[in-house]
This record gives sequence, C-alpha cells and structure tokens, in this order.
Amino acid sequence: MNFLQCFRLALKGIWSSKVRSLLTMLGIIIGVSAVIVIVGLGNGIQVYMTEQFASLGTTTLTVNISGRGTSRNASDEEMYQIVADNPEVLSAVTPTVSVSGGVKIGRDTLYTASITGVGEDYLDIHGYTVAQGRGIQYVDILRRQKVCVIGTYVAQNYFTGDPVGQTLKISGNPYTVVGVLDEIGDSTEYSTDNMVLIPYTNAAKMSFMGTISSYTFTAVDENSVQPAKSAVENALYNIYGDEDAYTVVAMSEMLDMMTEMVNIVITILAAIAAISLVVGGIGIMNIMLVSVSERTREIGIRKSLGARRRDILWQFVIEAGTTSAIGGLLGIGFGEALSSVATAIIAALLEESMQVVPTAGSILMAFGISVAIGVIFGYLPARKAARLNPIDALHYD
Amino acid sequence: MNGETSLAQAAPLIEFRDIYKLYQMGEETVHAVDGVSFSIQKGEFVAIVGQSGSGKSTCMNIIGCLDIPTSGQYLLEGVDVSRMDDDQLAAIRNRTLGFIFQQYNLIPKLNVLENVELPLLYAGVRAGERTERAKAALSRVGLSAKFKNYPSQLSGGQQQRVSIARALAGNPSVILADEPTGALDSKTGREVLHFLEDLHQSGNTIVLITHDNGIAAHAQRIIRLEDGKVVYDGPSGVRGSVVQADETPSGEKEGTA
Repeated sequence: MNFLQCFRLALKGIWSSKVRSLLTMLGIIIGVSAVIVIVGLGNGIQVYMTEQFASLGTTTLTVNISGRGTSRNASDEEMYQIVADNPEVLSAVTPTVSVSGGVKIGRDTLYTASITGVGEDYLDIHGYTVAQGRGIQYVDILRRQKVCVIGTYVAQNYFTGDPVGQTLKISGNPYTVVGVLDEIGDSTEYSTDNMVLIPYTNAAKMSFMGTISSYTFTAVDENSVQPAKSAVENALYNIYGDEDAYTVVAMSEMLDMMTEMVNIVITILAAIAAISLVVGGIGIMNIMLVSVSERTREIGIRKSLGARRRDILWQFVIEAGTTSAIGGLLGIGFGEALSSVATAIIAALLEESMQVVPTAGSILMAFGISVAIGVIFGYLPARKAARLNPIDALHYD
Repeated sequence: MNGETSLAQAAPLIEFRDIYKLYQMGEETVHAVDGVSFSIQKGEFVAIVGQSGSGKSTCMNIIGCLDIPTSGQYLLEGVDVSRMDDDQLAAIRNRTLGFIFQQYNLIPKLNVLENVELPLLYAGVRAGERTERAKAALSRVGLSAKFKNYPSQLSGGQQQRVSIARALAGNPSVILADEPTGALDSKTGREVLHFLEDLHQSGNTIVLITHDNGIAAHAQRIIRLEDGKVVYDGPSGVRGSVVQADETPSGEKEGTA
C-alpha cells in the first residue's frame, strides 16, 4: 500500500466523520492560528519601531556627559572639532540642552512644550524643515540672541496670525519667534510638534549644571555608524581619560536592542501558543486510539489479507498526519483572518497604523510543526494497531 | 519453472508434522492441537470437521498462517512456516492463501471493488492491473455489475461471493474457507458450496473448516478432529467420515472410539 493510497483513504475517513475530525483538529487549529497571529504581531511591532526610529534618524549618535570621575569638561568647540577631525565618518554635531520650566505666551503658560537648546545643524540632523521664517543660526548662538523656533502645535494653538516676529517668555526672558517648523508628528500636544528651540548658548546658562551635557552627532551614512561611534569614543577618551565620564549610544544600536527584546517577548509568547499545539497533538492521539480500537476488526482483515506491520503503521500514521495537516491549513486560514481583524482593531484603538503581518516563514513552520505533531502523536496508536494479533483482531466485536 | 512445478507435485502443498498448540489457562495447560499430522496435495478439496473445542479453529489459524504452532513443523509449499515472524507470515498469507470467512469480513468503508483489490494492494500490484484482476475475480462470482456498491448494500450471499472474489483475486495456492455458509440460509449456503466445488473442478485447492457434517460431505476428503487429535482422515461418503448425531458429542465419541 503506497503513500497516495493511504492518503486518499485518510481523506475519505476524515470526510466521512466531519464533526469528529473537526473536533480532533481543533487544538491544532487554535495552536497554529495563535502562533501565526503572535508572530505577525511581533513583526508588526518591529516594523512600527523601525519606522519610529527611522524618523529619529538611524545615523545619529547620542553622547551624554556625566563628568563622573573627572574635573575636566569638554567645551562645545572641542565637540565641533571631533567632527572636523573625522570628516570621512561624521557629518555634523549639535549640542542638545533641555531646559525645564514652562513657556509663557501672552497670558497662557504652556508646561508640556519641550524647550531645547540646539546648534545650527540641529534641524538638518533631524531632518526638520522650516515652514515660515528661519532656523537657529550660528550668529544667534554666538551672540546669545533671544530668538526661538517653534513647532506647529505651539504655533497653531498659542498664536493668532503669523507667529514670526511675536514673542514668548522662557524663564522670564522674552524670546522672539523667528521661525515655525513644518509638521513633524500630528500637531497634537503630545507630539514632537509641541516644541520650542533656542540657541544652546542661552540654554546652557539656564540649565542646572550650567554646562552642556548632551550632544547629537550624525554619521555620514548608515554604514559608518560604527566607525563614527569609535571615533567619537576615542576623541572623548582623549579629553576625559575616563570611560565612565560619558556614554555614546547609536540609535541603530538602540533599535537593535529593542528589536531583540521584542523578539524575546514574541518567542516566549509563541512558545506558550505552541503548547496548545502539543495539546492538539494529544487530542489527535486520543482520537486515533479510539479509532484503532473501533477498527480492530478492519485491521484484522487487512492483516489476514497480507498487510505487514508497516502497512498498518503507515496507514494510521498518515491518517493522523493528514488530520493534523488539514488542521494546520485551517489554522493558517483562521490565523490570517484573525491577523486582519487584529490590524483593524489596532488601527481603531491606537490611531496608529500597525500591520499584523504573518510571515511566510511562520506559516510554513506552523504547518510543518502541525504535520510533525500529527505524525509523532499518531505513531503510538499506529504502533498499537500494527502489533495487533490478526486472530484476536478478526474476532473482535 | 519446470523444476518448481515438479517439486510442488512431489511435495504436498500443506504438510502438518506432529503439530502441537498449547495454551496456558491459569494453572492448566490446554492442548488445543495435540500432535496432529496430515498432508494435503495440490488440487484436493478437504474438509476439516469437528465440534467447537475440537481444535479445528486452531488448525485453521495455523494452516492460514495467522498463528504458529507451539511445536511441530508446518510446511506450506515445502517451506517451513512454523517459525516465521509476523511480517513473513503476512507475506505468505498474501501470496499463498485466500480466506473465506463466516462473517464475510468485508471492510464496510470500502466498496466492493476496493475490497477485492485489497490483497493485490498489499502484494504491490500496480493500480491498473489491480483493477483488472479484481474485476475479473468479481465476474467469476457473477458480481461484475455491483463493483461500485458498498458491502452494506448487498445481501449476505452476495457479500460472501465478494469475499470469495477477494480470495480468488490474489490467485492463491490454497483457498481456506472457515464456516463459509454459517451465516447464510440453506439455499444461499448451497450456492456458495457449489461455487467452491466449481473452484475445485477448475483446479483450486480448497480447505473447508466446518462443524457441519452435511457441508463437509461436499468435500472429497474429510479430516475429523476431536480434542485436538485427528480421529478420521479419509474420503467423504464412507462410514466413519460422517457421524449422524453431531448434536451430541458424547454419542459421537462412542461412535468413533
């Protein structure tokens, strides 16, 4: 008896008892669809994260200076010099100085706006563009001009008419708005558009330490992120002589780290879902054992007509494998449908578009595992059938 | 080819040499077959007769290679099969033996043609030839038209004819019929017996196992078993082969003792 005949017979058997077969497959269906949805969700999260990081700039390096273990402090000139010394890997640098406190515009005080002291390359480094007016310029920094550039949220909600030329107050000092940025996020209060940029020289004076503790470098392209990081680290070591005094973090490394963490979580979730595949396998084993005792007489007849042990073994193993394979296929279909539903739900709930995309790899793997489970769990009942004594089997009622 | 034929003619088709089959029933050892020897030549029509418990079923299981003896030798076509393992016996059954059972033993999920094809399937015959041979066997039992039917759609007599076709399909050396009329009414039972006689006429070797003397009488030769021993082995239709009072085993014992 060859494979094809066993397969045909198995299909016939499955079709002739549809309800029982479906119940047998249920564990596999649920397991496979759960694995597919979870892996698809993981992929969605990864794609989403990659997009978010890309908007922050995957070529950027963030340097934080704690000054720990040293009294030496690097000046902003020294930082600019690092870029000048390594033109083949580094393209630009900007100090970034966060200033706490609110922004007062007319009678309103805006507490949520991020106030950042920046260099003249800040906008280029982050890929931001100016809609009206101009950005922060070198001369503003040099002369500590009281000028600022604002995001669309601030412009739309706190100014009437053209904000350029109007003033706002930071720490009691009036700043003249010289430019408005193009929309970066969605112009809401909690987006990047709620932002005020000022010359970093002003910000450094206002900050707690009185010094600049954070810089953002950019590498010339994505391939030079690692050499750029080494160059920055070497230069900083030459200045401070202590590795603890600063940290250099590449955005691409952060993305890798986050991706790795998401992968771990997804793997654990998928493993938990895979447990239901094992439970499904036990379900198949159970039904196959019932089927073997129901068909004892048939086995006896087949053996009396010359079926060898392996013929009977194959018949039942293929039947179990076919059952779980069909379960796997149904699970894939169900999982795909569930993924679309999940995508729609996420879009409706989070107002973020995140696609739950099952990968071809996860689908193939889920199918492969389900067939393997059927064969493995079908083996025991099949072996029981193959070892039946033909005389006893023939007289079984 | 010629050598094989002459060898088969020289050696008996079936040869039992001092066959014993013992079962352990708790403390007691039951001698189901207690030192039986006989041989059956190619082309014979032999009935093995006996009451229940006489050992005829055990004999039939051994002849049919469904079971092996505890001791003794069983030569089938000159080959000692008494020490073979499961799969070797399966191959022998497939090639050499055709079974006809009391309960027909057709597989209900398969149609008539598929049932008849089964022994050929396990013999590894290709699909086209399989269907051809199965259809030929069905036409021999006069059921060509019913090949698409399922066993449950046929009468008892028709089902038994399907099982005869199945036994014939593999072109076996021996046809082993175990109470073939037991589940049939007397008219269809007679038809089946005539059929077996026809098969015998056309050269088949037939071993019929029955408790019924009337049925055994259709055979050429009768081997009568009692308590696991052969008590008569000779032509049918003579005194001693048939015992009238087969309802009363004690009377029968006296008659043959």
